[in-house]
Amino acid sequence: MLSAADVDAVWLTLRLAGLTTLILLLIGTPIAWWLARTRHWLKGPIAALVTLPLVLPPAVLGFYLLVLLGQEGPLGKLTQALGLGLLPFTFAGLVVASVIYSLPFVVQPLQQAFAAIGERPLEAAATLRASPLDAFFSVALPLARPGFLTAAILGFAHTIGEFGVVLMIGGNIPGQTQVLSMAIYNHVEALEYGEAHWLAGGMLVFSFIVLLAVNGRNWRRSP
Amino acid sequence: MSIDARFRITYPGFALAADLELPGRGVSALFGPSGSGKTTLLRAIAGLERWPDARLIVNGETWQDGKAFVPTHRRPLGYVFQQANLFAHLTVRGNLDYGARRAGAAAARVDRERIVELLGISALLERKPERLSGGEGQRVAIARALLSGPQLLLMDEPLAALDLARRNEILPYLENLRDTLDIPVLYVSHAADEVARLADHLVVLDAGRILAQGPLAETLARVDLPIRLGEDAGVVLDAVVVERDRQWSLARVDFPGGELWVRDSGHTIGSRVRVRILARDVSITLERHEGSSIMNTLPARVAEIGDEADPALALIRLHAGAATPENAPEPAGAGSSAILARLTRRSVAWLGLAPGMPVWAQIKAVALIG
Repeated sequence: MLSAADVDAVWLTLRLAGLTTLILLLIGTPIAWWLARTRHWLKGPIAALVTLPLVLPPAVLGFYLLVLLGQEGPLGKLTQALGLGLLPFTFAGLVVASVIYSLPFVVQPLQQAFAAIGERPLEAAATLRASPLDAFFSVALPLARPGFLTAAILGFAHTIGEFGVVLMIGGNIPGQTQVLSMAIYNHVEALEYGEAHWLAGGMLVFSFIVLLAVNGRNWRRSP
Repeated sequence: MSIDARFRITYPGFALAADLELPGRGVSALFGPSGSGKTTLLRAIAGLERWPDARLIVNGETWQDGKAFVPTHRRPLGYVFQQANLFAHLTVRGNLDYGARRAGAAAARVDRERIVELLGISALLERKPERLSGGEGQRVAIARALLSGPQLLLMDEPLAALDLARRNEILPYLENLRDTLDIPVLYVSHAADEVARLADHLVVLDAGRILAQGPLAETLARVDLPIRLGEDAGVVLDAVVVERDRQWSLARVDFPGGELWVRDSGHTIGSRVRVRILARDVSITLERHEGSSIMNTLPARVAEIGDEADPALALIRLHAGAATPENAPEPAGAGSSAILARLTRRSVAWLGLAPGMPVWAQIKAVALIG
């Protein structure tokens, strides 16, 4: 069964994924809205930047984050100057890394959902006296709801599964930065396959259920 | 009450220059073929597109002039799109409430129940838009626009996306609205029959230019325009039902300058109707023909002879009615009505037609259009 350390790792992972998803929905929504509607020349570069974590090896991302957030890095100096201390090897550091790592998984479904709404409902809203902000909240958000659900599920699931970035930026500190995938890795290294099975099997079932939920929703939506 | 608009719109492959002066009441139709710039103009009037070289004054309020630009959501207008464009996440009731809530005092003046009833949607209020037919959706969209208490209603080919049956289902509702609303309506259409049925004022657009604008009957009767209308050239007359012949299921209608027999479509005696006479259904004889199957023959005078696009054809404006003064090429007077006839040039030459000549107009078909 699960040891106390394993339970800690599971709990830490859920907290990390939950917090990351929440932050991602907050910052991903304006980014996705802008990307879905702008004709600005910066659209291409910004879209590429947001998508980068999708194709970049996690170790590369983790390495640069470590450098940037480290003692000599520009962001590290900033966090120290702000009295936040250094982020690497802390839970906060994990959150920052996860937000960047999972960004495309949240922004892309949202962007697609916003793009699918099109201009027409928003024009109708404008002719019915709704200001652009009003129309965003009263028309765009409700119509993009399926996209928000997909984005949240994908962002959450993807954060739970990360390994490379977490290893680089978080280390493997039990109770602080030791997440589920780390715990599995430790068990396997120690040849504790039974314990590894409990965690890995749990992940497998969890991932399957997530995909089932996402697909089921999509099936129901198509006529 | 009036709408004063001046737009200069250019983008690659298109240029529009429009100076409009529209009456502050009744239905003004923006009529023209696809690509003539009708929808572009309507969207510019709504503020959905912003063009720098424009001036728009509605009922004395400046909506756009130079740098001044009132955004769409601050313009007291209603807009009906080609597709119903309802909010999919709201019920019909939610859609109706959307604009009504935001318009505040303006919406409070609207008689909601009457509009819901006029458009026949009271049974649909709890439905989601996905469960409405095309015609029902469009009726809800019209009601939604009206319930926001607009001072100007803009309609962009509201029937174009519907099949014939649905169109015929909605047209009576639109006529009803025309007769009961006291706000001006700008109605974009490329369908001559819709315009003939609904409009009071006509603006003819082609390739970004305004060819003509004026009261419907007068503008339709111009012989220099119908070149663009082709098969649709014809006039619309306002008439009154004065007799119903039950034996033959016919009705007699009076119009300034004459009377016509039409098929009885159930209108009671005294009702005001519109009749449409297409130029291709009118022929001319010098003497009254007896022994003809044609029911409607009117005495008239030739007022003007114009060219058609086809070099074999000519378009004649006739003034039907005994009171027509001789040699009167100008709009038909109070006691007469203008009718268009399309003849071959050979017939014009053979009959020796010239302005002022008394003739008989034989009318093969008259459509009663509500």
